[in-house]
Amino acid sequence: MSLISLTDVHAGYGGMNILNGVEFSLDAGQIGVIVGPNGAGKSTMLKSMFGFLNVTQGRIEFDGHDITNVKPEALSRLGMAFVPQEHNVFRTLSVQENLEMGAYVRRDDWSGLLARVYDIFPPLKEKRNQPAGELSGGQRQMVAVGRALMIEPKLILLDEPTAGLSPMYMSQIFDRILAINATGVTVAMVEQNAKQALGIAHKGYVLASGRNRYTDTGEALLADPEVAKSFLGG
Amino acid sequence: MDELIFFVNRGLIGGLVIGSIYALGAVGVTLIFGILRFAHFAHGDVMTAAAFATLVLVGLLSGLGIDVGLPLAIVLLPVVFVLTALFTIGLDRAFYKPLRARGARPVVLVMASIGVTLMLQGLIRIVFGTGNYDLLGGERKVIYRIPTGFRDIVLSQPQALLIILTALSVICLHLFLTRSRLGKAMRAVSDNPDLARVTGISLDTVVNATWVIGGGLAAIAGVMLALDVNLQPDLAYNILLPIFAATILGGIGQPYGAVAGGYVVGFSETLAVFNWSVLLRPFAGVLPFDLPANLSVVPNEYRLAVPFVILIIVLIYRPTGIFKGRVF
Repeated sequence: MSLISLTDVHAGYGGMNILNGVEFSLDAGQIGVIVGPNGAGKSTMLKSMFGFLNVTQGRIEFDGHDITNVKPEALSRLGMAFVPQEHNVFRTLSVQENLEMGAYVRRDDWSGLLARVYDIFPPLKEKRNQPAGELSGGQRQMVAVGRALMIEPKLILLDEPTAGLSPMYMSQIFDRILAINATGVTVAMVEQNAKQALGIAHKGYVLASGRNRYTDTGEALLADPEVAKSFLGG
Repeated sequence: MDELIFFVNRGLIGGLVIGSIYALGAVGVTLIFGILRFAHFAHGDVMTAAAFATLVLVGLLSGLGIDVGLPLAIVLLPVVFVLTALFTIGLDRAFYKPLRARGARPVVLVMASIGVTLMLQGLIRIVFGTGNYDLLGGERKVIYRIPTGFRDIVLSQPQALLIILTALSVICLHLFLTRSRLGKAMRAVSDNPDLARVTGISLDTVVNATWVIGGGLAAIAGVMLALDVNLQPDLAYNILLPIFAATILGGIGQPYGAVAGGYVVGFSETLAVFNWSVLLRPFAGVLPFDLPANLSVVPNEYRLAVPFVILIIVLIYRPTGIFKGRVF
């Protein structure tokens, strides 16, 4: 049974629908990558999973729960974490406070987990008392992902985690995503750097105009000349 | 030396007292602005309402002969703190929350709060009329005189308590915002409400906490102000402008800024109406001009112009305020 599934989802922000019947599913432990041209509805699809859109038709299920139109604030309690593309840290809060806010819904002792997040992202430990807004883009991304890990999510949604980062940081972030996935966390991400992202994907989704165009393993999509020609820049 | 003590009594203590009132009010306004994104114009009347609630309680309990060495109005302060906090949560439920739920823009909420202001003023006047009341219930105000060898430093008991309570409130607020889970969540919502939703922070809880702090501090300010001057229906409506000036000067959404802004506005106002010729009198012989009897920057009747000028200067030259708050 899949951990997350979208079945024939039509959704928008109240006006016209942006998603016109998309399908998506990941089994526990997989990495799923969503690629496609600008305006294809990639980020929208991710946001629809986290309750930010109004789903007018179709069904979204997570871990056996129907989460269609469930509000974002309820989803972290189910074990789902979301890292937005922009404005994804609390700028005026310190790095450590950002991570603490990630654990807001937890009432148990999470100090061991905090230490583990610092192990995954060593630069954050040094800067733990600094306001997150003063960090570089790559370090802010680490704070954002670290914050999401604080609920020990079953599924983590990443919206363009490498946008605007230098190639060095980009491969660092990809490495960390693989490491996080290796601990059993399912990852669904939208990526501009389609080739690199599909390279680590168990499942790849190519979207266009709010619909599925190609769905296959990451490897198969990379090998498909059609996909390469139209969506991966040759 | 006598002149210097006169300056301490009028200038320093006067500035500290009114600055404390402004600071307590501005902290509430700035927190509400940070979390709920609107200027709460009814904040002054929440202060007045708290003072009148105290008046009623003092009237009910004065017959019981409670005597702990402090005025009953001050003994009742914790009760009034809680009542006012509940009252503001009630105001939110009745008037602001329904608007938020319908996605109203901030300016609509500002208008609603002006409506609440008019309503509260009307209600207070219906019940209590337009006269003056004495919150001490006929007791005499205790005056502390600190001998200095020259003139005494004079300070009334409510003034001393106000300064102490303000300092304690600011320390407690600081600890709450930096140490507690809920306090950090409040700062998180103020910083980035969408991300706060993502992390599962309950907006309702944060909103209620905001009203408890804002309303409670307004209660302290209202009661202490009524003890310092006289209780009348427009007690705190008149100081709404300086409170907003303090909020904006401190940086909107910045609680420490609001405290600093409160004291800056309070001292500016007090020093602007201070009669500087008193301080210059010892030098009258060496001054090249005759000392006028009254040498103040602004006549006392126009003291409200001082926060107004500060407000305009800040908005023109540094709209983010001292502590870099938001700009709208």
